[in-house]
Amino acid sequence: MTDLTSLTLAEARKGLADKTFTSLELTDAHLSAIEAARVLNAFVMETPDQARAMAREADGKIAKGDAGPLAGIPLGIKDLFATKGVRTTACSKILGNFVPTYESTVTSQLWRDGAVMLGKLNNDEFAMGSSNETSCFGPVGNPWRRDGSNATLVPGGSSGGSASAVAALLCMGATATDTGGSIRQPAAFTATVGIKPTYGRCSRWGIVAFASSLDQAGPIARSVRDAAMLLRSMAGHDPKDTTSVDIPVPDYEAAIGKSVKGMKIGIPREYRLDGMPAEIEKLWQSGADWLRSAGAELVEVSLPHTKYALPAYYIVAPAEASSNLARYDGVRYGLREQGRNIIELYENTRAEGFGAEVKRRVMIGTYVLSAGYYDAYYLRAQKVRTLIKKDFEDCFARGVDAILTPATPSAAFGIGEKGGADPVEMYLNDIFTVTVNMAGLPGIAVPAGKDAQGLPLGLQLIGRPFDEETLFSLGEVIEQAAGRFVPERWW
Amino acid sequence: MSTATHKLLKGATGDWEMVIGMEIHAQVTSNAKLFSGASTAFGGEPNSHVSLVDAAMPGMLPVINEECVRQAVRTGLGLNAKINLRSVFDRKNYFYPDSPQGYQISQYKSPVVGEGEVLVELDGGRSVTIGIERLHLEQDAGKLLHDRSPTMSNVDLNRCGVALMEIVSKPDIRDAEQAKAYVTKLRSILRYLGTCDGDMEKGSLRADVNVSVRKPGGPLGTRCEIKNMNSINFIGQAIEYEARRQIEIIEDGGEIEQETRLYDPNKGETRSMRSKEEAHDYRYFPDPDLLPLEFSQAFVDELKAELPELPDQKKTRFVADFGLSAYDASVLVAERESAVFYETVLDRLANRARDGKMAANWVINELFGRLNKEGRDIADSPVNAEQLAAIIDLIGEGTISGKIAKDLFEIVWQEGGDPRALVESRGMKQVTDLSAIEKVVDDIIAANPDKAAQVKDKPQSLGWFVGQVMKASGGKANPQSVNELLKAKLGV
Repeated sequence: MTDLTSLTLAEARKGLADKTFTSLELTDAHLSAIEAARVLNAFVMETPDQARAMAREADGKIAKGDAGPLAGIPLGIKDLFATKGVRTTACSKILGNFVPTYESTVTSQLWRDGAVMLGKLNNDEFAMGSSNETSCFGPVGNPWRRDGSNATLVPGGSSGGSASAVAALLCMGATATDTGGSIRQPAAFTATVGIKPTYGRCSRWGIVAFASSLDQAGPIARSVRDAAMLLRSMAGHDPKDTTSVDIPVPDYEAAIGKSVKGMKIGIPREYRLDGMPAEIEKLWQSGADWLRSAGAELVEVSLPHTKYALPAYYIVAPAEASSNLARYDGVRYGLREQGRNIIELYENTRAEGFGAEVKRRVMIGTYVLSAGYYDAYYLRAQKVRTLIKKDFEDCFARGVDAILTPATPSAAFGIGEKGGADPVEMYLNDIFTVTVNMAGLPGIAVPAGKDAQGLPLGLQLIGRPFDEETLFSLGEVIEQAAGRFVPERWW
Repeated sequence: MSTATHKLLKGATGDWEMVIGMEIHAQVTSNAKLFSGASTAFGGEPNSHVSLVDAAMPGMLPVINEECVRQAVRTGLGLNAKINLRSVFDRKNYFYPDSPQGYQISQYKSPVVGEGEVLVELDGGRSVTIGIERLHLEQDAGKLLHDRSPTMSNVDLNRCGVALMEIVSKPDIRDAEQAKAYVTKLRSILRYLGTCDGDMEKGSLRADVNVSVRKPGGPLGTRCEIKNMNSINFIGQAIEYEARRQIEIIEDGGEIEQETRLYDPNKGETRSMRSKEEAHDYRYFPDPDLLPLEFSQAFVDELKAELPELPDQKKTRFVADFGLSAYDASVLVAERESAVFYETVLDRLANRARDGKMAANWVINELFGRLNKEGRDIADSPVNAEQLAAIIDLIGEGTISGKIAKDLFEIVWQEGGDPRALVESRGMKQVTDLSAIEKVVDDIIAANPDKAAQVKDKPQSLGWFVGQVMKASGGKANPQSVNELLKAKLGV
């Protein structure tokens, strides 16, 4: 029998339906893979007992012909999603051993559809980071290494655990979240597929909040089809999240293989950065060529406010974060560091519980919302946000169906290599992805090639609001042309 | 604005005028909290009405309770205010254990209700119109308990997240009397609307009072805010004290510092709570978890159509329909329960047009008088509206006199029972049979020949005879008949 962990989700679904193997076998294969890959530090909590129990239940349902769309499929869950009875920490010391009494809407929909939980995945603390180095559980290793090098690279972030685990074949798919690129950048760094759906497509209920107006859940998967299958289960209106949108969730898988002939694809000129590596430029060109070969029309478009997106993002996101993280105060749950009075208790708890990057963003956020600075920073950033949104609206109004860009300005880098002296160096990782969050649009990252050192690179497609289907159709064209990339196992 | 004369305070340098504005926090009457499904019931075990949202667990999101929105709109309509079809919830950020989220969800720049006004009646038939600046919805905080442990404080989150309406007046109030009357009137309107129970003892209605002083008509002075007042009388006392304190400082050459103060009712004084420098920077910004609150004009119109009759309208109707004095009508409509009682009496009367005014007198003088004397509430009045209506019918139709009616009222108060049946069984009917009265009149004239002789010279002594006849008849003789008979027989 072939190694069950190397199957795509779609292949595994068929194997389960055909009774070629059971969910228990599939789950056990992944549990063994997880055990063997602990050096990657992708999982911060393994739940083998729960996984096997869920697998048995799925097998029972498959036998009865009562299987949900994801019956028996073993998944990893980013530690930002509250999981009932299973420790949920957002990879922050401040949550300590917090065990929720509730299940996030997104994960409960996955379990409703029969999926199996293997455990909780590492991420940057409170999803703040682009390398998964800010986690209180330590950095995650990227299964990809440079040709001829043993140096461990970052998997990107904040959903670094999700990307690493999917790329290393530890789980068939994973939940992730994206506030400024946290699904798409790690997907690009690990040759996996990641989609951030339209803001409001997935419920945020039960997901530890970073920046409420930007946060959105999505899957990281081994193929475009797998991502489509996962998103269908994750998406949907939730009355408990009033920012989730009440429109039907289409059968995303049906978009796979649909012709892209005649589609108009925009190439934004502002995304052509000075000093951009030639191989990124080349990759972008390849992507355009593949889509043109499939019958799409390529047009140059302008998104004039792009250069203001990153600075504006680093005002809006920290502002919301500074308020969202106020609840971690040592009073009701999580870490408490005593003090002589309530102010000291707050200070000691938050000084001890938050890592450096989280503290930095809380400080920035507090500053930009302060009296006398609000208008100059927060209000202005919101105006910029409106302009960025309008850039995209104008572009789509001219008949553009989707926009093609590189996913990241570089391939994965080494642990400790970036951002040590200047945090902005790290922030620049999200230069191509933050605009999408600022505009609330869907964006997908699809593996498209490798750089000269053998590291994967990805392309990003940006779509109209709630038109994830077009992204799946186009993404699959790139996937078919570029081929599948699997890292060589070294762990 | 104000047309009524108001009280000025005498200082060493002349008269001073008070300028007062109020922020009233009124707890919205609703079963569930503003953004969570938890119960709003009062008096539960600590932390027994706390949802995951109230406790600010990770990943929890607020969902607006539409009934609270309806209540706010109803209140806005009751205050003749502008209803904003689009408003925004903001976060007011501060750290305190009674606020688990680390912020209060409130409305800062775009409140659900805009400008309105309230007509406030004062003594002596005067009245003043107080402007409303705005009304917005916000979350209440929890409560810290400091008496459960010698080393720690505990927190009870039962109230946390309960909906409050903050009703902000314009600085139109000019003295303590107006301030008290304003709170009284606002409370009455809220209770009529059923949007707040107005129970100040339970904290359902609290006021922050902003006070400043100036020379009449002069520029505004610096204000101080007296926080968290939960008694109308204390509000009056606090204003008087605070205004005098400020006048003294200014007249001594000092300056008023803008600050937040607390009133100590035991000492009868206000004292500093925190200065302007210590004031929080709340870092307000729109709550990204909530979409702007939007509703249609049709939604507002529907609520408007269902609005109950409010005290001002009721008062006008009572004066027009039953000829009540403006004062009596005000007394009846001040409390919703009183008005309901009076209207129930009206409903039961055989002849409303004839006896409506008499009914008002009976409700105000006999019933309220008696209730006040015994410190009882109208809700547990021993005489109900049906019984009172029967008594008034008996007077109106001439079956008993007003005097007998008072005795009958006393019997019903003490023993209960059907007034009409009591009049029968206890022989309290007024005697209008002339022959029966004539016999008594003749007997009394015969027994007092001297007095009868004097009557012609001193007609005022006729009253003595009337009294004697009434006494002999046990009060049941019709006083008018007695009078006429005596006059005829004594030749006056």
